[in-house]
Amino acid sequence: MSRTGIGPSPIDFPTKMTFTSQLIQFLFTGLTLGSIYAMVALGFTMIYNATGIINLAQGEFVMLGGLVIVFFTMILKIPLPIGFALTVTLVTLVGALFERLAIQPLKNASVITLIIITLAGSILFRGLAMFLWGKDPYALPPFSGGNPWHFMGASLQPQIFWILVITVLVVCGTAFFFNRTLVGKAMTACAFNPLAARLVGIDVQRMVLLSFALSAAIGAIAGVIITPITLMDYERGPLLALKGFSAMVLGGLGSGAGSIIAGFIIGILESLGAGLISSGYKDAIALLVLLAVLWVKPSGLFGSAEASELKKF
Amino acid sequence: MSRKDFWPLLFITLGIAVFPIVAGGSEYSISLLVFLGINGLTTMGLSLLMGYAGQISLGHAAFYGIGAYSSGILTTKYSIHPLIAFLAGIFLSAIVAFLVGKPTLRLRGHYMAVATLGFGEILFILFNELSPLTGGPSGLSGIPALTFLGQPIEGSAYLYLVWAFVILVLIFSLNLINSRVGRALRAVHGSELAANAMGVDASRYKVQVFVVSAIYASMAGSLYAHFVTFISPSSFSLMFSILLLMMVVIGGTSTIWGSLLGAAVLTLLPEYLRAFEDFDVLVYGIILMVVLLFMPQGILEGLRGFMERKRGSQSKSHE
Amino acid sequence: MNEAILRVEGLEKFFGGLRAIDTLDFTVAAGKIKSIIGPNGAGKTTLFNLVTGVFPLTRGVIEFQGRAIHGLKAHAIARLGISRTFQTLELFGNMTVLENVMLGRHSRSSAGIFSAGLRLPGMQKEEKEIREKALAELQFMGLGDKSSGGATSLPLGEQKLLEIARALATQPKLLLLDEPAAGLNMRETGNLSETILKIRDRGITILLVEHDMSLVMEVSDEVLVLHYGRKIADGLPRDVQRNREVIAAYLGEEAEDA
Repeated sequence: MSRTGIGPSPIDFPTKMTFTSQLIQFLFTGLTLGSIYAMVALGFTMIYNATGIINLAQGEFVMLGGLVIVFFTMILKIPLPIGFALTVTLVTLVGALFERLAIQPLKNASVITLIIITLAGSILFRGLAMFLWGKDPYALPPFSGGNPWHFMGASLQPQIFWILVITVLVVCGTAFFFNRTLVGKAMTACAFNPLAARLVGIDVQRMVLLSFALSAAIGAIAGVIITPITLMDYERGPLLALKGFSAMVLGGLGSGAGSIIAGFIIGILESLGAGLISSGYKDAIALLVLLAVLWVKPSGLFGSAEASELKKF
Repeated sequence: MSRKDFWPLLFITLGIAVFPIVAGGSEYSISLLVFLGINGLTTMGLSLLMGYAGQISLGHAAFYGIGAYSSGILTTKYSIHPLIAFLAGIFLSAIVAFLVGKPTLRLRGHYMAVATLGFGEILFILFNELSPLTGGPSGLSGIPALTFLGQPIEGSAYLYLVWAFVILVLIFSLNLINSRVGRALRAVHGSELAANAMGVDASRYKVQVFVVSAIYASMAGSLYAHFVTFISPSSFSLMFSILLLMMVVIGGTSTIWGSLLGAAVLTLLPEYLRAFEDFDVLVYGIILMVVLLFMPQGILEGLRGFMERKRGSQSKSHE
Repeated sequence: MNEAILRVEGLEKFFGGLRAIDTLDFTVAAGKIKSIIGPNGAGKTTLFNLVTGVFPLTRGVIEFQGRAIHGLKAHAIARLGISRTFQTLELFGNMTVLENVMLGRHSRSSAGIFSAGLRLPGMQKEEKEIREKALAELQFMGLGDKSSGGATSLPLGEQKLLEIARALATQPKLLLLDEPAAGLNMRETGNLSETILKIRDRGITILLVEHDMSLVMEVSDEVLVLHYGRKIADGLPRDVQRNREVIAAYLGEEAEDA
């Protein structure tokens, strides 16, 4: 079993599996991973677009989503749909609280201080999780039945489709929110020019709060849907955050669509790398993509070089 | 170094000199202070990078690891003399820092932070995966103790060795800060635009200070390896990079003394947290949050401000 | 004989689709004071940023003492002898007044990491020189007794003087002053006027961007007027003052109908 727990690693393949089947397997694994990275990247992008901050605690929202739902459904035996809703609500509150208590007071601090405060948040959440749940990984039963579907020789767990469908819903919902609703457009306005936004009556503080809340919600959803496949433990956050950040940078800073596409690209690259080359180094793939983009073309695939120069990082 | 640095320096030197006697030869206390010195060595480098030059690194455990593994691997697998291994570690760290630093330090704020984070993680993966060389997750053991004239350097002798390093590097750093180089670094921090306009090659200095900080970390790593004689990748993880960062931030980024204070706090604190094993990450998070929100200048500056206010109110009461 | 110490030819700068500087040609004669004026947004600070290498030009040539400097990095241009102040003060707030000016001596000194860290005698001698020259510039600007305070603890007017002292410490042949009188009261502006002339008397050529017309008229040997990145006048102060296009640019269309 490979380290992510998703899909087989090279050694578990039954000899009968054709190369095409393997590829299909990797593709779906990649899409699954990619969904999570895409959602983490989306969360990053939301906060970044509203505030100019990179929230280094983003991965922890995913982690909390996974661990909290385990608590609700496995310990309190609450039915899954209700547990899902409760989890997302709770983690959203955590995100909002984090913004109010840690980000808001420091709104005029230097970039480095803001980076460190989100880092502190990440450590705090991790510590809290370690304290409440310990160091062991927790499992969640798949949403619908455990028998894998067979498609062209590949063996696919049904949870994969839950993940993909929910991801698409989240993406569409977010796109609708940002492009069609007034609140969403207001949030985008804040990042471009907080002063102008304030002058036209947008409550910038509330937009910042909303961005953190929404990011936490999306992170929580990602955590809930992925736990049946990969399990969840208190330390999952940082690597997820790094990979989500890679996706955001690859896709082009501030571009929601870019982040999502890039998330899937990285997921597939990672899956192919793990399957075809070596699973030990698979985490390094996303990291190398990250460094390559930052070092060579920080504006990413879909961002413009000028726009990224102007961003007040 | 300037005049006001002389007294704390003297105090530390004398303090370390008499410590073994004061501690009654307690191996535990002595090793605690050895770790404090080793961490202090790394944080001084980070302080130059972050406090003076205003950059950030979330991956410094990587250089610490390079130093440790260089010393470890070369002395165990290739029977190379520890001093040569030590220098090899420095050399390797410097080169890696230069290659990574050049493209990374061009980035701004968040990008730099995440790039260094990614770099640190990649090194961590390498330490784990290059098992034939590093011993993989199970680690590398049997690292020889350092010897002098045939006698192993351990206990108080090692304490003196480590702190001799610390003090010499501290003096070097203080000299650097109060020089043309130090001013250039601080200028880059204060206003990179103006620094360049006044003839300071900001990019070059940023990379140079990054390399210097990597060298300090490498030296610390080598000293660590020979002290604990067993190293494994878990000591060079993201959490350690963050811990190093915390030491600098908590102690205070504005002076190099702050980083030593921070190293002291976060080296000694875990000893008290031993009993609460499940608490430690949580406590770190809380401490960091509290300091950032209420004492953003760090503990050292916080104390100094407190002292000054007391002095102010005392002189008022004399009127 | 005054040859051009700075020559700009065919200069163009685009920011994406926005044309900030439009085919600009002018020269600055050595040892003279030339002012650049024009309505806000005319491109004056952009021009300074192009000359000092803050960003690259789109097209054109900038020559300093006969040598092309466009394309060079900012710190290299500073080393060649061009220094500047900033419209939005860019002091080093994390250093003292004296240290700010000492930094100005950076390109005229050479101690590296080793000689600094080991405090070699050569470095110590150099430090002493740096300190003395810095103090001299502070005294020249009238800030001699404020050397040990934090740079940003000075009142605004003195901060602007400090920036000039820092620029002077680099031993420039050409000094670019970007709105040095902004935020100064009349008395301070008067003193600034005198100081600028004293700097010129030291043999330093000055290129000045200013809005304060009395200051401009008092010190300038030549005035260049920019409007939407284009040169609309370049010559003696009193000629420029009477130029119709210049008046129209400042006052809008009404002046032309008048």
